[in-house]
Amino acid sequence: DVLNTPANTTLCPQVLFFGFGWLFFMRQLFKDYEVRQYVVQVVFSITFAFSCTMFELIIFEILGVLSSTSRYFHWKLNLYVILLVLIFVVPFYIGYFVVSNIRLLHRQRLLFSCVVWFTFMYFFWKLGDPFPILSPKHGILSIEQLISRVGVIGVTLMALLSGFGAVNCPYTYMSYFLRNVTDSDILALERRLLQTMDMIVSKKKRIAMTRRQMYQRGEEQNKQTGFWGMIKSVTSSPSGSENLSLIQQEVDALEELSRQLFLETVDLQATKERIEYSKTFQGKYFNFLGYFFSIYCVWKIFMATINIVFDRVGKTDPVTRGIEITVNYLGIQFDVKFWSQHISFILVGIIIVTSIRGLLITLTKFFYAISSSKSSNVIVLVLAQIMGMYFVSSVLLMRMSMPLEYRTIVTEVLGELQFNFYHRWFDVIFLISIKRLFQTFPLILIGTFSRLMLKKFYKCVKSMTS
Amino acid sequence: MASLDRVKVLVLGDSGVGKSSLVHLLCQNQVLGNPSWTVGCSVDVRVHDYREGTPEEKTYYIELWDVGGSVGSASSVKSTRAVFYNSVNGIILVHDLTNKKSSQNLYPWSLEALSKDSSPTGIIVSNGDYDREQFAENSVPLLIIGTKFDQIPENKRNDVLTRTAFISEDFNAEEINLDCTNPRYLAAGSSNAVKLSRFFDKVIEKRYFTRDPSQVRVCNFSFCM
Repeated sequence: DVLNTPANTTLCPQVLFFGFGWLFFMRQLFKDYEVRQYVVQVVFSITFAFSCTMFELIIFEILGVLSSTSRYFHWKLNLYVILLVLIFVVPFYIGYFVVSNIRLLHRQRLLFSCVVWFTFMYFFWKLGDPFPILSPKHGILSIEQLISRVGVIGVTLMALLSGFGAVNCPYTYMSYFLRNVTDSDILALERRLLQTMDMIVSKKKRIAMTRRQMYQRGEEQNKQTGFWGMIKSVTSSPSGSENLSLIQQEVDALEELSRQLFLETVDLQATKERIEYSKTFQGKYFNFLGYFFSIYCVWKIFMATINIVFDRVGKTDPVTRGIEITVNYLGIQFDVKFWSQHISFILVGIIIVTSIRGLLITLTKFFYAISSSKSSNVIVLVLAQIMGMYFVSSVLLMRMSMPLEYRTIVTEVLGELQFNFYHRWFDVIFLISIKRLFQTFPLILIGTFSRLMLKKFYKCVKSMTS
Repeated sequence: MASLDRVKVLVLGDSGVGKSSLVHLLCQNQVLGNPSWTVGCSVDVRVHDYREGTPEEKTYYIELWDVGGSVGSASSVKSTRAVFYNSVNGIILVHDLTNKKSSQNLYPWSLEALSKDSSPTGIIVSNGDYDREQFAENSVPLLIIGTKFDQIPENKRNDVLTRTAFISEDFNAEEINLDCTNPRYLAAGSSNAVKLSRFFDKVIEKRYFTRDPSQVRVCNFSFCM
C-alpha cells in the first residue's frame, strides 16, 4: 500500500506530461507537416515529460508530498534520465538527421552521426574550462561535471530570452505605444503596393516579349550557317539583351520595394487589430497587466545592474524577505513557517507555469519562422535540446526563490555546484542581451535610411520611364 | 511591339511546396537556381498563344501572381494578401506530393481566394468547410499541380496518384504532377504541356469570350496595357 502510492503519484503525472508534449507536437508544431519519423515525436515528448517532472518534484518538496527518501530517489532517477536524454540521445539524433539530409553522406549515416556526436562531446567538455563552476575536489567522471555544463548553456539561454522579453514586453503589452492607424492609411498603402505590382508586371511583360522576339530571331539566325552566318550574328547589334539587363535591374529594385510595402501594410493591419483589441474588456485587462509587467521588467534590469556593480548575491529569497518585512514593519503576527510554505508554493508555481508557457510560445514562433519540410525534424530536436537545458537551469536558478529548508534537496541532488556563479552569469548575460538591443537602434536607423533612398530611386525610375 | 490583352492567374499553396520554382519554370523555361522565401507576392509573365495552330491564334499575356504564406498566417497577413486577389481570372493550386498536409490545405486556400471575390469586405464567409457543389458552380477555372514527383518512391506512386485524383475531382479541375527542377515534365507535346495549354485557353475564354457579367470587373488600381 505504502509502496504503491509513490509510484502512482509520480508515474501518473509523468504519463500526463508525456501526453501533453505529444499533443503539443502534433497539433501545434507539426500541424503543417507530416510526421514520418515517429522517433522525433517520442524524443520530444520524453524530454518535455522529464523536464516537467523536475518541476513537479520541487512542488512536492514544498508541499511535503511523499517521504523524503522517495523524493530523493525520484530526483536522482529523473536527473540521470534527463541528462542521458540531453547529452546522448538528442544530440545523436540531431547529428543523424542532419547527416541524412546530406546526400553524399547518406550511405554511412550511422558512422557520420557518431562522428558528429563525438565532436559535440568534445566541445561540450571544453565548455567547462573557462568557468569556475566546480570545486576542485570533484573527479573527472561525475554527475556534477555534466550538470554544470548543461547549466551554463541553459542559464545563458534563459538570460537571453529574459533580456529580450524585458525590453520587448512594454511595447507588446501597453497600448500607449500604439500609433494611431486609420483605414485610409491602410488603403493608401495598399494602393501604392498594387501600383508597384503593376509597374513590375508591365516591365516583366516587356522582358518576356523581348525574350520571345529574340528567341524567334535567334532561330532564324541559327539557320544561317557558315562564314557569313557567323559575321552576320556578330554585327547585328544585341541591343535587346542590353535593354533587358537594365529593365531587370529596375524590376529587382521594384520587387524589393513591393516587399517593403507588403511588410509595412501587414504591420499597419496588425496595429489596427491591436487597437481594436485594446478597446475590448480583455484588451484593457492585458493593458493593465502590461503596466505591472513593465515595472517588473525595469526592476529586473535595475537589480541585475546593482548585483553586478556591487558584487552582491542575494542571501534570502523574496518570500522569507517579504514575510520578515511584513512581520517587522507592520507588526502583523502570523505563523511564518505555515505561510512561507504556501506562498513559496504559489510563487514557484507561477514562475514554473509562466516560464513553460513562455518558452513553448517562443519555440513555436521560432519553429514556424525557420522550418521547412526538409529541416523540420532537425529543428524540432534542437528545440527539444534547448527546452531540456532551459528547464534544468530553471531548477538551478529557482533555488534562489525558495526558502532555506527547501533548498537543501536541490543542493543535495545537484551536488556542490557553485550556485552563486550561475546567478552572476545570468545577470551578466541578461545585461548583455539588453545592451545588444540598444546597439541595434543604429541598424534600424540605417534600414530606414536605405528605404528612403530606395523610394527616391523608384521615383527617379518612374519619372524616367513615364 | 503591339500591346496584348492580359489575364491574371493566382498561384496558391503552402510555404515550401515549390510555387516560385514552378512560376519560374512556366515563365522563363528555366529551373530556378536558388529558391528563397517569397515575401508578399511575386509576379511573373508568360506569353501564351491562345488556340495555337488554328486560324484564331492570338497571343496573350498571362500574369502569374505567386502569393506567399500559409493558411495559418496571422489575420493581418491574410487581410493584406487579400489585396492581391482582386479580379482573378484563374487559380493554380500547388501542393507537395510528399506532404499530405499541403494537399489538405488546398481547400482553405481556395476558399480564401474565392471568398474574397464574392464578398467585397474580404471576410472569409465559410468556416473552412467546403462542399463540392460550391466548386462545381464556381466560375473561376482551377488547376491542381503536385510538385516533387521525383521524390516519391516507385512503390508509393500509385497511392499518391489515387489521392491526387480524388482532390482534383473535388475541385472539378485538371491535375498535373511534376518536378519543378526538371523541365522535361513540361516538354512541348507532352500530356502535361497539353493540359497546361488547355487550362490557359479556358482562362482566356472565360475572360474574353463569354458574356458572363460576374467576370467583368472594374480594376481601380491597375493601368490596362
